Amino acid sequence: MTEAAVPSATQGRPNRSLRSLLFAMELDTRLLGMLAALAVIWLFFHLVSGGSFLTPRNLWNLSVQSASIAVMATGMVLIIVSRNIDLSVGAVLAFVGYTMAMVQAEWIPKTLGLGFDQPYTWLVALGVGLALGAAIGALQGFLVAYGGVPSFIVTLGGLLVWRGLIFRYQQGQTVAPLDGFFQLLGGGPKGALGAELSWLVGALACAGIVYTLWAGRRRRRRYDFPVRPMWAEVVIGAVGVAAIVVAVWVANSYLWPPALAAAAGFDTPPPVGIAYPVMIMLGVGLVMTYLATRRRFGRYVYAIGGNPEAAELGGVNVRRTILMTFVLMGVLCAISGAIQTARLNAAVTNLGVTNELDVISAAVIGGTSFAGGIGTIPGAILGAVVMQSLRSGMLLLNVDSPTQDVVVGVVLVAAVGFDAFLRRRAS
Amino acid sequence: MTMTTAEPVSQPAPPRAPLVEMRDIFVSFGGVHAVDGVSVDLHPGEVVGLVGGNGAGKSTLIRVLSGAHPADSGEVLIEGQPVTIANPRDAKALGIETIYQTLALAENIDAAGNVFLGRELRSRIGSLNDAAMESATRKVMGRLNPRFKNFKTSVKSLSGGQRQSVAIARAIHFNARVLIMDEPTAALGPAETAQVRELVAQLKEEGIGIFLISHDIHDVFDLADRIAVMLQGKLVGTVNKHDVTKDEVLAMIIMGKKPGEVTEKELEELHS
Repeated sequence: MTEAAVPSATQGRPNRSLRSLLFAMELDTRLLGMLAALAVIWLFFHLVSGGSFLTPRNLWNLSVQSASIAVMATGMVLIIVSRNIDLSVGAVLAFVGYTMAMVQAEWIPKTLGLGFDQPYTWLVALGVGLALGAAIGALQGFLVAYGGVPSFIVTLGGLLVWRGLIFRYQQGQTVAPLDGFFQLLGGGPKGALGAELSWLVGALACAGIVYTLWAGRRRRRRYDFPVRPMWAEVVIGAVGVAAIVVAVWVANSYLWPPALAAAAGFDTPPPVGIAYPVMIMLGVGLVMTYLATRRRFGRYVYAIGGNPEAAELGGVNVRRTILMTFVLMGVLCAISGAIQTARLNAAVTNLGVTNELDVISAAVIGGTSFAGGIGTIPGAILGAVVMQSLRSGMLLLNVDSPTQDVVVGVVLVAAVGFDAFLRRRAS
Repeated sequence: MTMTTAEPVSQPAPPRAPLVEMRDIFVSFGGVHAVDGVSVDLHPGEVVGLVGGNGAGKSTLIRVLSGAHPADSGEVLIEGQPVTIANPRDAKALGIETIYQTLALAENIDAAGNVFLGRELRSRIGSLNDAAMESATRKVMGRLNPRFKNFKTSVKSLSGGQRQSVAIARAIHFNARVLIMDEPTAALGPAETAQVRELVAQLKEEGIGIFLISHDIHDVFDLADRIAVMLQGKLVGTVNKHDVTKDEVLAMIIMGKKPGEVTEKELEELHS
């Protein structure tokens, strides 16, 4: 019996060593390590590029570029945690994105003759996309869960099928332009919250952090469980609030490009604020974290990943749970498809090419284990930001695309290798 | 044992239907009869030991009752009512709980998550109520293993005995009527084994019927009221513990011969 090896969180005053400090705060050390790695990457590029990385403009762009991969990575975590894989996300994104473009650029205005830029157009397009994404996910998930075909095979087939089907629409011609409202989903100065709303969102987020800490503490008190020392709660809350304030400040420090501002009738360029795709990503991240950690569905996904037989014997409906992870993945592909097509203001046939690799890499760099049962949503989002930071930093340094691939590939393998090393040492 | 001549005995009132009755169960894996027409029953507050060598079919038989594997044919009755047990959920709904030899724990999840796996407590809006689950787990673990304190770590970091406690907690927390214990002491040290024995006695007292699968004949003799012996998928026989010796049960396990069929010479050979 080794219970004594783990000290309770309440005992003792703040200890000297960093390890025990972190332990008292009950934080995810893996996530903290990733944040540290991200800080190192950012500082490195900032110094090497002569100070052009940590600028509001670059960071704002980074946030928008990370959004669509991060959205899909949150779903990929659950897929990989439950011991499956989805290679089709890039192709599903493309097929659904193309379909949404067809709805707003062809079918509603031309086929139905209702004209362009109707107020409902973007909603109809988005609704069709989400439903189609869910249906594709359901089909693939059904084949995996009930058909007994390995997910690697089903989604490898899906990768070919969904991308191939795009060419049925208009022989693969680019579909453009998109609906004016729909375009806002892709970001850009117009597709952002502006200064006041950004601060409002920041304030709500700060309130959310404080409330979550307070409610969690109260709940544990009610059951007489050990709680974190008060100083730890204060530190966590303060760091969280500070991070949000800085992020909003950065987003608001990025101003509209002067020409665009003048064309829109502004005397001085106003702050851009948080981009819509980033808001979408944050919303998806919150919902997915809730699903993964606070709902029965998420508990089952992790149980299946930890021990599929135990989950089945425990009465978990394993097949339905697996099916649902794929449905969710399809919906997230549709959301990312909307972001990417909106950003391009067009649907092109190479939409989302190699996105499956970026999404899987983001999840894995974020600590998701292929052995199953391990992985977090915030980790995957951070993983997407790390990947995008590498790409964007190298772009600033004029590193060519093949060399970027080499670096990203090395980082991916090194990150997972380092993680495996740490895990082995811990056990 | 002396056979009395048939004479009308004053029968007690017809006994209530057994808690569990498995009738003529067949299970085969690709032509091999793992369970070949076996019938056993179990009464409230009774411990029936199920013994046999490796591959005798005892685990397979019990997996039929726990819903882990469907029978090819045969009937299961609970309190006289025929029931269908197609999956573990059905079994649990009928109050049949199982402690598997493998423990069947999700190692990446904490003790409370495992105890409540498949039966999570939820708030009004359907969120997991982790605090309530942890609280209930602390209570049941306090009874099973008072020294257990690791409620925040995943099961992976627990010792064998602690894991066993979690598996047992999961089985007894939900007011089981029937408890299946598959080699419950195989992974345990002497102190923990004693704890499990105490628990079996206590649960028996509470009127729970227990199927105890064990390869340890001493365990079975100490805990069981009746002993069912299987050999090569077939039931050799079910005997009352007080009517037989350990040697006679051994003869059943090894030679498939019931007490009375076995000769003194054969019994002696068992010891050589």
